[in-house]
Amino acid sequence: MKHWINQHTLVWRLVLARICRNKLATLLIWAVIGIALCLPAILYVIIDNVNQLAGEVKNEPQISVFMKLDADKATVANIKSLLEKHSGISNLKFVSKDSAWKAMQDSALTDNIAANLKHNPLPDAFFIQPKAHAPSAIDQLQHELQTLEGVEHVLADADWAKRLYSILELGKKAVWVLSGLLGFALVTIIGNTIRLQILTQREEIEVSKLIGATDGFIRRPFLYAGTLYGLGGSLAALLFVNGIITIFNLSVADLAELYGSSFILALPDWQISLGITACAVALGWLGSYIAVNRSLARLNPH
Amino acid sequence: MIRFDQVSKRYPGSDEALRGVSFEIAQGELAFVTGHSGAGKSTLLKLMAAIERPSSGTVLIGNQNVSKLRPRIVPYMRRKFGLVFQDHKLLYDRNCFENVALPLYINGVTGQEAAKRIRAALDKVGLLGKEKAMPITLSGGEQQRLAIARAVVSRPSILIADEPTGNLDETYAADIMALFHAFRQVGVTVIIATHDAHGINSIPGKMLHLDHGKLTVS
Repeated sequence: MKHWINQHTLVWRLVLARICRNKLATLLIWAVIGIALCLPAILYVIIDNVNQLAGEVKNEPQISVFMKLDADKATVANIKSLLEKHSGISNLKFVSKDSAWKAMQDSALTDNIAANLKHNPLPDAFFIQPKAHAPSAIDQLQHELQTLEGVEHVLADADWAKRLYSILELGKKAVWVLSGLLGFALVTIIGNTIRLQILTQREEIEVSKLIGATDGFIRRPFLYAGTLYGLGGSLAALLFVNGIITIFNLSVADLAELYGSSFILALPDWQISLGITACAVALGWLGSYIAVNRSLARLNPH
Repeated sequence: MIRFDQVSKRYPGSDEALRGVSFEIAQGELAFVTGHSGAGKSTLLKLMAAIERPSSGTVLIGNQNVSKLRPRIVPYMRRKFGLVFQDHKLLYDRNCFENVALPLYINGVTGQEAAKRIRAALDKVGLLGKEKAMPITLSGGEQQRLAIARAVVSRPSILIADEPTGNLDETYAADIMALFHAFRQVGVTVIIATHDAHGINSIPGKMLHLDHGKLTVS
Protein backbone atom coordinates (compact mmCIF):
# COMPACT_ATOMS: atom_id res chain seq x y z
CA MET A 1 0.00 0.00 0.00
CA LYS A 2 2.79 2.39 0.93
CA HIS A 3 4.59 1.39 -2.27
CA TRP A 4 1.50 2.11 -4.24
CA ILE A 5 0.96 5.55 -2.70
CA ASN A 6 4.65 6.35 -3.10
CA GLN A 7 4.60 5.47 -6.76
CA HIS A 8 1.48 7.47 -7.45
CA THR A 9 2.62 10.59 -5.62
CA LEU A 10 5.90 10.30 -7.51
CA VAL A 11 4.07 10.17 -10.83
CA TRP A 12 1.81 13.10 -9.92
CA ARG A 13 4.84 15.15 -8.94
CA LEU A 14 6.52 14.26 -12.21
CA VAL A 15 3.45 15.18 -14.26
CA LEU A 16 2.89 18.46 -12.41
CA ALA A 17 6.56 19.35 -12.83
CA ARG A 18 6.28 18.73 -16.57
CA ILE A 19 3.17 20.88 -16.77
CA CYS A 20 4.87 23.66 -14.83
CA ARG A 21 7.82 23.48 -17.21
CA ASN A 22 5.50 23.94 -20.20
CA LYS A 23 3.06 26.47 -18.78
CA LEU A 24 2.20 28.19 -22.05
CA ALA A 25 1.73 24.96 -24.00
CA THR A 26 -0.49 23.56 -21.24
CA LEU A 27 -2.61 26.71 -21.13
CA LEU A 28 -3.04 26.58 -24.90
CA ILE A 29 -4.14 22.95 -24.79
CA TRP A 30 -6.61 23.76 -22.03
CA ALA A 31 -7.94 26.66 -24.09
CA VAL A 32 -8.32 24.50 -27.22
CA ILE A 33 -10.15 21.80 -25.29
CA GLY A 34 -12.21 24.45 -23.51
CA ILE A 35 -13.33 25.97 -26.81
CA ALA A 36 -14.12 22.59 -28.31
CA LEU A 37 -16.23 21.69 -25.29
CA CYS A 38 -17.98 25.01 -24.83
CA LEU A 39 -19.60 25.01 -28.29
CA PRO A 40 -21.97 22.10 -27.67
CA ALA A 41 -22.32 23.15 -24.02
CA ILE A 42 -23.59 26.61 -24.96
CA LEU A 43 -25.95 25.19 -27.54
CA TYR A 44 -27.22 22.74 -24.94
CA VAL A 45 -27.75 25.45 -22.34
CA ILE A 46 -29.71 27.61 -24.80
CA ILE A 47 -31.88 24.71 -25.96
CA ASP A 48 -32.42 23.59 -22.39
CA ASN A 49 -33.56 27.08 -21.47
CA VAL A 50 -35.93 27.44 -24.40
CA ASN A 51 -37.21 23.97 -23.60
CA GLN A 52 -38.08 25.05 -20.10
CA LEU A 53 -39.73 28.19 -21.40
CA ALA A 54 -41.80 26.04 -23.75
CA GLY A 55 -42.58 23.66 -20.90
CA GLU A 56 -44.35 26.42 -19.00
CA VAL A 57 -46.59 27.03 -21.98
CA LYS A 58 -47.20 23.38 -22.66
CA ASN A 59 -48.69 22.75 -19.24
CA GLU A 60 -51.98 24.46 -20.11
CA PRO A 61 -52.92 23.74 -23.68
CA GLN A 62 -56.02 25.62 -24.69
CA ILE A 63 -58.35 25.30 -27.60
CA SER A 64 -60.32 28.35 -28.64
CA VAL A 65 -63.49 27.81 -30.62
CA PHE A 66 -64.74 30.92 -32.43
CA MET A 67 -68.29 30.88 -33.70
CA LYS A 68 -69.42 32.37 -36.98
CA LEU A 69 -70.49 36.00 -36.52
CA ASP A 70 -73.97 35.19 -37.83
CA ALA A 71 -74.45 32.15 -35.63
CA ASP A 72 -77.74 32.54 -33.77
CA LYS A 73 -78.35 31.92 -30.09
CA ALA A 74 -79.86 28.49 -30.69
CA THR A 75 -76.79 27.23 -32.55
CA VAL A 76 -74.50 28.57 -29.84
CA ALA A 77 -76.58 26.95 -27.09
CA ASN A 78 -76.61 23.72 -29.04
CA ILE A 79 -72.85 23.66 -29.30
CA LYS A 80 -72.49 24.65 -25.69
CA SER A 81 -74.49 21.68 -24.51
CA LEU A 82 -72.59 19.43 -26.92
CA LEU A 83 -69.23 20.58 -25.55
CA GLU A 84 -70.38 20.26 -21.94
CA LYS A 85 -71.18 16.62 -22.56
CA HIS A 86 -67.94 15.95 -24.50
CA SER A 87 -65.71 13.40 -22.76
CA GLY A 88 -62.42 14.90 -23.95
CA ILE A 89 -62.99 18.28 -22.35
CA SER A 90 -62.10 19.01 -18.77
CA ASN A 91 -63.05 22.66 -18.56
CA LEU A 92 -65.21 24.86 -20.68
CA LYS A 93 -65.58 28.60 -20.59
CA PHE A 94 -68.07 30.46 -22.73
CA VAL A 95 -67.46 34.11 -23.58
CA SER A 96 -70.35 35.65 -25.42
CA LYS A 97 -69.72 38.33 -28.03
CA ASP A 98 -71.36 40.94 -25.76
CA SER A 99 -69.26 40.20 -22.70
CA ALA A 100 -66.09 40.14 -24.83
CA TRP A 101 -67.04 43.46 -26.32
CA LYS A 102 -67.65 44.91 -22.88
CA ALA A 103 -64.33 43.60 -21.63
CA MET A 104 -62.62 45.18 -24.59
CA GLN A 105 -64.21 48.53 -23.92
CA ASP A 106 -63.34 48.33 -20.23
CA SER A 107 -59.76 47.35 -20.73
CA ALA A 108 -57.36 50.25 -20.56
CA LEU A 109 -55.18 48.67 -23.21
CA THR A 110 -57.85 48.28 -25.87
CA ASP A 111 -60.46 50.95 -25.12
CA ASN A 112 -58.92 53.19 -27.78
CA ILE A 113 -59.46 50.53 -30.38
CA ALA A 114 -62.96 49.81 -29.16
CA ALA A 115 -63.91 53.49 -29.25
CA ASN A 116 -62.98 53.65 -32.94
CA LEU A 117 -65.16 50.72 -33.86
CA LYS A 118 -68.78 51.33 -34.70
CA HIS A 119 -70.12 47.90 -33.81
CA ASN A 120 -68.98 44.74 -32.10
CA PRO A 121 -66.59 42.74 -34.34
CA LEU A 122 -66.16 39.93 -31.86
CA PRO A 123 -67.68 36.44 -32.21
CA ASP A 124 -69.01 34.19 -29.49
CA ALA A 125 -66.21 32.00 -28.26
CA PHE A 126 -65.58 28.87 -26.19
CA PHE A 127 -62.30 28.34 -24.39
CA ILE A 128 -61.65 24.69 -23.80
CA GLN A 129 -59.12 22.86 -21.72
CA PRO A 130 -58.75 19.34 -23.08
CA LYS A 131 -58.24 16.39 -20.77
CA ALA A 132 -55.45 14.85 -22.82
CA HIS A 133 -52.39 17.04 -23.32
CA ALA A 134 -50.67 15.02 -26.01
CA PRO A 135 -50.29 16.98 -29.25
CA SER A 136 -52.03 14.23 -31.25
CA ALA A 137 -55.08 14.22 -28.93
CA ILE A 138 -55.34 17.99 -29.14
CA ASP A 139 -55.04 17.72 -32.89
CA GLN A 140 -57.90 15.25 -33.06
CA LEU A 141 -60.15 17.34 -30.85
CA GLN A 142 -59.36 20.41 -32.92
CA HIS A 143 -60.41 18.63 -36.12
CA GLU A 144 -63.55 17.32 -34.51
CA LEU A 145 -64.62 20.77 -33.30
CA GLN A 146 -63.84 22.33 -36.66
CA THR A 147 -66.53 20.21 -38.30
CA LEU A 148 -69.31 21.41 -35.96
CA GLU A 149 -72.11 23.48 -37.42
CA GLY A 150 -71.68 27.23 -36.88
CA VAL A 151 -68.01 27.07 -35.93
CA GLU A 152 -65.86 29.55 -37.84
CA HIS A 153 -62.40 28.69 -36.59
CA VAL A 154 -60.74 26.46 -34.03
CA LEU A 155 -57.41 27.59 -32.72
CA ALA A 156 -55.20 25.26 -30.72
CA ASP A 157 -52.54 26.96 -28.69
CA ALA A 158 -50.56 23.77 -29.00
CA ASP A 159 -49.82 24.60 -32.62
CA TRP A 160 -46.89 26.90 -32.12
CA ALA A 161 -45.71 24.89 -29.14
CA LYS A 162 -45.63 21.84 -31.40
CA ARG A 163 -43.52 23.68 -33.95
CA LEU A 164 -41.24 24.88 -31.20
CA TYR A 165 -40.93 21.32 -29.95
CA SER A 166 -39.89 19.96 -33.29
CA ILE A 167 -37.31 22.74 -33.58
CA LEU A 168 -36.08 21.88 -30.09
CA GLU A 169 -35.88 18.19 -31.02
CA LEU A 170 -33.75 19.16 -33.98
CA GLY A 171 -31.64 21.32 -31.71
CA LYS A 172 -31.11 18.45 -29.30
CA LYS A 173 -29.98 16.24 -32.15
CA ALA A 174 -27.59 18.98 -33.22
CA VAL A 175 -26.16 19.05 -29.69
CA TRP A 176 -25.57 15.29 -29.82
CA VAL A 177 -23.95 15.40 -33.24
CA LEU A 178 -21.79 18.37 -32.28
CA SER A 179 -20.82 16.71 -28.98
CA GLY A 180 -19.90 13.53 -30.81
CA LEU A 181 -17.75 15.32 -33.37
CA LEU A 182 -16.02 17.54 -30.86
CA GLY A 183 -15.57 14.62 -28.46
CA PHE A 184 -13.75 12.83 -31.24
CA ALA A 185 -11.72 15.98 -31.87
CA LEU A 186 -10.89 16.07 -28.16
CA VAL A 187 -9.57 12.51 -28.18
CA THR A 188 -7.48 13.39 -31.22
CA ILE A 189 -6.12 16.64 -29.75
CA ILE A 190 -5.15 15.03 -26.45
CA GLY A 191 -3.88 11.88 -28.13
CA ASN A 192 -1.69 13.93 -30.43
CA THR A 193 -0.35 16.06 -27.59
CA ILE A 194 0.51 12.94 -25.62
CA ARG A 195 2.08 11.41 -28.73
CA LEU A 196 4.40 14.41 -29.02
CA GLN A 197 5.29 14.08 -25.35
CA ILE A 198 6.03 10.41 -25.87
CA LEU A 199 8.34 11.33 -28.74
CA THR A 200 10.32 13.72 -26.56
CA GLN A 201 10.53 11.06 -23.85
CA ARG A 202 11.18 8.13 -26.12
CA GLU A 203 14.59 7.44 -24.61
CA GLU A 204 13.21 7.36 -21.12
CA ILE A 205 10.43 5.00 -22.15
CA GLU A 206 12.85 2.76 -23.99
CA VAL A 207 15.31 2.57 -21.10
CA SER A 208 12.54 2.04 -18.55
CA LYS A 209 11.12 -0.74 -20.63
CA LEU A 210 14.54 -2.38 -21.01
CA ILE A 211 15.22 -2.38 -17.30
CA GLY A 212 11.92 -3.92 -16.36
CA ALA A 213 9.21 -1.27 -16.25
CA THR A 214 5.72 -2.67 -16.75
CA ASP A 215 3.48 -1.10 -19.38
CA GLY A 216 1.40 0.30 -16.54
CA PHE A 217 4.39 2.11 -15.10
CA ILE A 218 5.21 3.71 -18.43
CA ARG A 219 1.60 4.51 -19.22
CA ARG A 220 0.80 6.10 -15.87
CA PRO A 221 2.39 9.56 -16.24
CA PHE A 222 0.89 9.98 -19.71
CA LEU A 223 -2.55 8.87 -18.57
CA TYR A 224 -2.37 11.34 -15.70
CA ALA A 225 -1.26 14.08 -18.07
CA GLY A 226 -4.11 13.29 -20.47
CA THR A 227 -6.59 13.30 -17.59
CA LEU A 228 -5.24 16.64 -16.40
CA TYR A 229 -5.59 18.08 -19.91
CA GLY A 230 -9.20 16.93 -19.93
CA LEU A 231 -9.84 18.34 -16.46
CA GLY A 232 -8.20 21.69 -17.18
CA GLY A 233 -9.97 21.86 -20.53
CA SER A 234 -13.37 21.20 -18.98
CA LEU A 235 -12.78 23.88 -16.34
CA ALA A 236 -11.82 26.28 -19.13
CA ALA A 237 -15.00 25.26 -20.97
CA LEU A 238 -17.16 25.96 -17.89
CA LEU A 239 -15.46 29.34 -17.53
CA PHE A 240 -16.16 30.11 -21.20
CA VAL A 241 -19.76 28.89 -21.04
CA ASN A 242 -20.60 30.83 -17.88
CA GLY A 243 -18.87 33.94 -19.20
CA ILE A 244 -20.54 33.78 -22.59
CA ILE A 245 -24.02 33.06 -21.18
CA THR A 246 -23.62 35.96 -18.75
CA ILE A 247 -22.74 38.27 -21.64
CA PHE A 248 -25.67 36.89 -23.67
CA ASN A 249 -27.97 37.51 -20.73
CA LEU A 250 -27.41 41.26 -20.88
CA SER A 251 -29.03 41.25 -24.32
CA VAL A 252 -31.53 38.49 -23.57
CA ALA A 253 -32.85 40.49 -20.61
CA ASP A 254 -33.33 43.54 -22.85
CA LEU A 255 -35.08 41.46 -25.48
CA ALA A 256 -37.28 39.69 -22.94
CA GLU A 257 -38.28 43.01 -21.47
CA LEU A 258 -39.64 44.05 -24.84
CA TYR A 259 -41.92 41.02 -24.64
CA GLY A 260 -42.83 41.87 -21.04
CA SER A 261 -40.96 38.89 -19.71
CA SER A 262 -38.19 38.57 -17.19
CA PHE A 263 -36.70 35.55 -18.94
CA ILE A 264 -32.95 35.10 -18.81
CA LEU A 265 -30.79 32.12 -19.74
CA ALA A 266 -30.02 30.00 -16.72
CA LEU A 267 -26.35 29.09 -16.24
CA PRO A 268 -25.56 25.37 -16.44
CA ASP A 269 -26.37 23.64 -13.17
CA TRP A 270 -23.93 21.49 -11.24
CA GLN A 271 -25.08 18.27 -12.90
CA ILE A 272 -24.30 19.61 -16.35
CA SER A 273 -20.99 21.05 -15.13
CA LEU A 274 -20.07 17.74 -13.57
CA GLY A 275 -21.13 15.91 -16.72
CA ILE A 276 -18.93 18.09 -18.92
CA THR A 277 -16.00 17.61 -16.55
CA ALA A 278 -16.47 13.84 -16.36
CA CYS A 279 -16.74 13.54 -20.14
CA ALA A 280 -13.60 15.61 -20.71
CA VAL A 281 -11.62 13.66 -18.14
CA ALA A 282 -12.73 10.34 -19.63
CA LEU A 283 -11.94 11.47 -23.17
CA GLY A 284 -8.54 12.80 -22.07
CA TRP A 285 -7.76 9.47 -20.48
CA LEU A 286 -8.91 7.61 -23.59
CA GLY A 287 -6.87 9.80 -25.93
CA SER A 288 -3.66 9.33 -23.99
CA TYR A 289 -4.32 5.61 -23.50
CA ILE A 290 -4.57 5.10 -27.25
CA ALA A 291 -1.44 7.18 -27.88
CA VAL A 292 0.69 5.39 -25.28
CA ASN A 293 -0.46 1.93 -26.30
CA ARG A 294 0.49 2.59 -29.90
CA SER A 295 4.02 3.51 -28.95
CA LEU A 296 4.34 0.71 -26.39
CA ALA A 297 3.40 -1.86 -29.00
CA ARG A 298 6.50 -0.86 -30.95
CA LEU A 299 8.76 -1.57 -27.97
CA ASN A 300 7.59 -5.06 -27.14
CA PRO A 301 9.96 -7.96 -27.85
CA HIS A 302 9.49 -9.76 -31.13
CA MET B 1 21.51 -20.04 -13.80
CA ILE B 2 21.63 -19.28 -17.52
CA ARG B 3 21.33 -22.02 -20.11
CA PHE B 4 21.20 -21.76 -23.88
CA ASP B 5 20.13 -24.87 -25.75
CA GLN B 6 20.55 -24.93 -29.54
CA VAL B 7 19.52 -21.29 -29.75
CA SER B 8 19.26 -19.65 -33.14
CA LYS B 9 18.18 -16.12 -33.89
CA ARG B 10 17.31 -14.80 -37.28
CA TYR B 11 16.24 -11.21 -37.82
CA PRO B 12 13.76 -10.70 -40.60
CA GLY B 13 15.53 -10.00 -43.85
CA SER B 14 19.01 -10.97 -42.72
CA ASP B 15 21.27 -13.93 -42.15
CA GLU B 16 21.20 -15.85 -38.88
CA ALA B 17 22.78 -13.82 -36.10
CA LEU B 18 23.17 -16.91 -33.90
CA ARG B 19 23.27 -20.55 -35.01
CA GLY B 20 22.71 -23.42 -32.63
CA VAL B 21 24.33 -21.81 -29.62
CA SER B 22 24.47 -23.94 -26.46
CA PHE B 23 26.22 -23.10 -23.19
CA GLU B 24 25.63 -22.78 -19.50
CA ILE B 25 26.69 -20.15 -17.00
CA ALA B 26 26.53 -21.05 -13.32
CA GLN B 27 25.49 -18.70 -10.55
CA GLY B 28 28.30 -16.37 -9.47
CA GLU B 29 30.32 -17.09 -12.58
CA LEU B 30 31.96 -14.44 -14.72
CA ALA B 31 31.73 -14.94 -18.45
CA PHE B 32 33.15 -13.00 -21.36
CA VAL B 33 31.41 -13.05 -24.70
CA THR B 34 34.00 -12.20 -27.32
CA GLY B 35 34.11 -12.01 -31.09
CA HIS B 36 34.46 -9.50 -33.88
CA SER B 37 31.72 -6.93 -34.32
CA GLY B 38 28.66 -8.46 -35.92
CA ALA B 39 29.44 -11.91 -34.54
CA GLY B 40 26.21 -11.90 -32.53
CA LYS B 41 27.41 -10.75 -29.11
CA SER B 42 24.70 -8.15 -28.62
CA THR B 43 22.06 -10.58 -29.87
CA LEU B 44 23.21 -13.14 -27.33
CA LEU B 45 22.89 -10.62 -24.50
CA LYS B 46 19.50 -9.43 -25.72
CA LEU B 47 18.22 -13.00 -25.72
CA MET B 48 19.37 -13.39 -22.12
CA ALA B 49 17.60 -10.25 -20.99
CA ALA B 50 14.37 -11.16 -22.81
CA ILE B 51 14.73 -8.14 -25.06
CA GLU B 52 14.65 -10.46 -28.05
CA ARG B 53 13.12 -13.88 -28.43
CA PRO B 54 14.97 -16.80 -30.04
CA SER B 55 13.84 -18.02 -33.46
CA SER B 56 14.47 -21.57 -32.28
CA GLY B 57 15.96 -23.32 -29.25
CA THR B 58 15.41 -22.51 -25.59
CA VAL B 59 16.85 -19.87 -23.31
CA LEU B 60 16.52 -20.76 -19.65
CA ILE B 61 17.12 -18.16 -16.96
CA GLY B 62 16.85 -19.63 -13.46
CA ASN B 63 14.62 -22.43 -14.81
CA GLN B 64 12.32 -20.08 -16.67
CA ASN B 65 11.98 -20.45 -20.39
CA VAL B 66 12.39 -16.94 -21.75
CA SER B 67 10.86 -17.72 -25.13
CA LYS B 68 7.67 -18.97 -23.50
CA LEU B 69 7.25 -16.04 -21.12
CA ARG B 70 3.95 -14.24 -21.28
CA PRO B 71 4.48 -10.57 -22.20
CA ARG B 72 3.11 -9.51 -18.82
CA ILE B 73 5.84 -11.40 -17.00
CA VAL B 74 8.72 -10.08 -19.12
CA PRO B 75 9.18 -6.83 -17.12
CA TYR B 76 9.51 -8.77 -13.86
CA MET B 77 11.99 -11.09 -15.54
CA ARG B 78 14.09 -8.15 -16.67
CA ARG B 79 14.32 -6.82 -13.13
CA LYS B 80 16.55 -9.79 -12.28
CA PHE B 81 19.15 -8.28 -14.56
CA GLY B 82 21.37 -5.27 -14.31
CA LEU B 83 21.95 -4.07 -17.84
CA VAL B 84 24.83 -1.92 -19.04
CA PHE B 85 24.21 -0.91 -22.62
CA GLN B 86 26.69 -0.39 -25.40
CA ASP B 87 25.55 3.24 -25.74
CA HIS B 88 25.01 3.78 -21.98
CA LYS B 89 21.39 4.83 -22.57
CA LEU B 90 21.67 7.45 -19.85
CA LEU B 91 18.93 10.05 -19.62
CA TYR B 92 20.53 13.40 -20.34
CA ASP B 93 17.66 15.51 -19.05
CA ARG B 94 18.24 14.52 -15.43
CA ASN B 95 21.17 14.39 -13.04
CA CYS B 96 23.21 11.38 -11.96
CA PHE B 97 21.13 10.75 -8.86
CA GLU B 98 17.90 10.63 -10.86
CA ASN B 99 19.45 8.42 -13.52
CA VAL B 100 20.39 5.84 -10.93
CA ALA B 101 16.99 6.22 -9.26
CA LEU B 102 15.06 4.97 -12.30
CA PRO B 103 15.31 1.19 -11.68
CA LEU B 104 14.35 1.70 -8.04
CA TYR B 105 11.29 3.73 -8.95
CA ILE B 106 10.31 1.02 -11.40
CA ASN B 107 10.61 -1.47 -8.54
CA GLY B 108 8.51 0.81 -6.35
CA VAL B 109 11.35 1.84 -4.04
CA THR B 110 11.21 5.55 -3.28
CA GLY B 111 12.07 8.09 -0.62
CA GLN B 112 14.79 7.58 2.00
CA GLU B 113 15.31 3.91 1.22
CA ALA B 114 15.89 4.73 -2.45
CA ALA B 115 18.27 7.63 -1.64
CA LYS B 116 20.34 5.37 0.57
CA ARG B 117 20.72 2.73 -2.11
CA ILE B 118 21.39 5.27 -4.87
CA ARG B 119 24.23 6.81 -2.84
CA ALA B 120 25.61 3.34 -2.08
CA ALA B 121 25.64 2.50 -5.80
CA LEU B 122 27.23 5.83 -6.73
CA ASP B 123 29.81 5.32 -4.01
CA LYS B 124 30.67 1.88 -5.37
CA VAL B 125 31.51 3.28 -8.80
CA GLY B 126 33.28 6.33 -7.34
CA LEU B 127 30.74 8.98 -8.36
CA LEU B 128 29.36 9.89 -4.96
CA GLY B 129 30.53 13.48 -5.26
CA LYS B 130 28.76 13.93 -8.59
CA GLU B 131 25.16 13.02 -7.76
CA LYS B 132 23.90 16.48 -8.76
CA ALA B 133 25.95 16.61 -11.98
CA MET B 134 24.27 16.14 -15.35
CA PRO B 135 25.54 13.10 -17.28
CA ILE B 136 26.62 15.25 -20.23
CA THR B 137 29.25 16.94 -18.04
CA LEU B 138 30.85 13.60 -17.18
CA SER B 139 33.76 12.01 -19.02
CA GLY B 140 33.24 8.83 -21.05
CA GLY B 141 34.56 6.64 -18.26
CA GLU B 142 32.39 8.38 -15.69
CA GLN B 143 29.33 7.97 -17.87
CA GLN B 144 30.08 4.27 -18.17
CA ARG B 145 30.44 4.03 -14.40
CA LEU B 146 27.16 5.87 -13.96
CA ALA B 147 25.52 3.32 -16.27
CA ILE B 148 26.98 0.56 -14.09
CA ALA B 149 25.68 2.24 -10.95
CA ARG B 150 22.22 2.28 -12.51
CA ALA B 151 22.56 -1.40 -13.43
CA VAL B 152 23.50 -2.51 -9.92
CA VAL B 153 21.37 -0.21 -7.77
CA SER B 154 18.49 -2.66 -7.53
CA ARG B 155 20.94 -5.43 -6.56
CA PRO B 156 20.34 -7.76 -9.50
CA SER B 157 21.60 -11.32 -9.39
CA ILE B 158 22.85 -11.10 -12.98
CA LEU B 159 24.83 -8.23 -14.44
CA ILE B 160 25.02 -8.01 -18.22
CA ALA B 161 27.30 -5.50 -19.92
CA ASP B 162 27.55 -4.91 -23.64
CA GLU B 163 30.95 -3.47 -24.63
CA PRO B 164 31.41 -1.65 -21.34
CA THR B 165 34.94 -0.61 -22.23
CA GLY B 166 34.32 0.00 -25.91
CA ASN B 167 35.21 3.66 -26.12
CA LEU B 168 37.50 3.97 -23.13
CA ASP B 169 41.26 4.24 -22.88
CA GLU B 170 43.17 1.47 -21.14
CA THR B 171 43.31 2.82 -17.61
CA TYR B 172 39.59 3.54 -17.56
CA ALA B 173 38.91 0.12 -19.10
CA ALA B 174 40.96 -1.58 -16.42
CA ASP B 175 39.01 0.35 -13.75
CA ILE B 176 35.73 -0.80 -15.15
CA MET B 177 36.86 -4.40 -15.44
CA ALA B 178 38.06 -4.34 -11.84
CA LEU B 179 34.61 -3.06 -10.87
CA PHE B 180 32.90 -5.99 -12.58
CA HIS B 181 35.31 -8.37 -10.94
CA ALA B 182 34.37 -6.90 -7.57
CA PHE B 183 30.68 -7.56 -8.23
CA ARG B 184 31.48 -11.09 -9.21
CA GLN B 185 33.26 -11.57 -5.92
CA VAL B 186 30.12 -10.71 -3.96
CA GLY B 187 28.18 -13.41 -5.80
CA VAL B 188 26.73 -11.63 -8.80
CA THR B 189 26.72 -13.50 -12.10
CA VAL B 190 28.51 -11.22 -14.56
CA ILE B 191 28.39 -11.48 -18.34
CA ILE B 192 30.45 -9.06 -20.39
CA ALA B 193 30.51 -8.76 -24.15
CA THR B 194 33.67 -7.25 -25.53
CA HIS B 195 35.51 -7.21 -28.82
CA ASP B 196 38.94 -6.33 -27.42
CA ALA B 197 41.13 -8.47 -25.21
CA HIS B 198 42.14 -5.65 -22.86
CA GLY B 199 41.74 -6.53 -19.25
CA ILE B 200 40.26 -9.91 -19.98
CA ASN B 201 43.49 -11.77 -19.46
CA SER B 202 43.96 -10.35 -16.00
CA ILE B 203 40.55 -11.57 -14.82
CA PRO B 204 39.69 -15.25 -14.72
CA GLY B 205 36.40 -16.17 -16.32
CA LYS B 206 34.60 -18.34 -18.80
CA MET B 207 35.18 -17.39 -22.43
CA LEU B 208 32.36 -17.63 -24.96
CA HIS B 209 33.80 -16.86 -28.34
CA LEU B 210 31.39 -16.15 -31.17
CA ASP B 211 32.35 -16.38 -34.80
CA HIS B 212 29.63 -15.55 -37.33
CA GLY B 213 26.99 -16.69 -34.87
CA LYS B 214 28.77 -19.95 -33.99
CA LEU B 215 30.01 -20.53 -30.48
CA THR B 216 33.36 -21.88 -29.28
CA VAL B 217 33.64 -22.28 -25.51
CA SER B 218 37.03 -22.30 -23.86
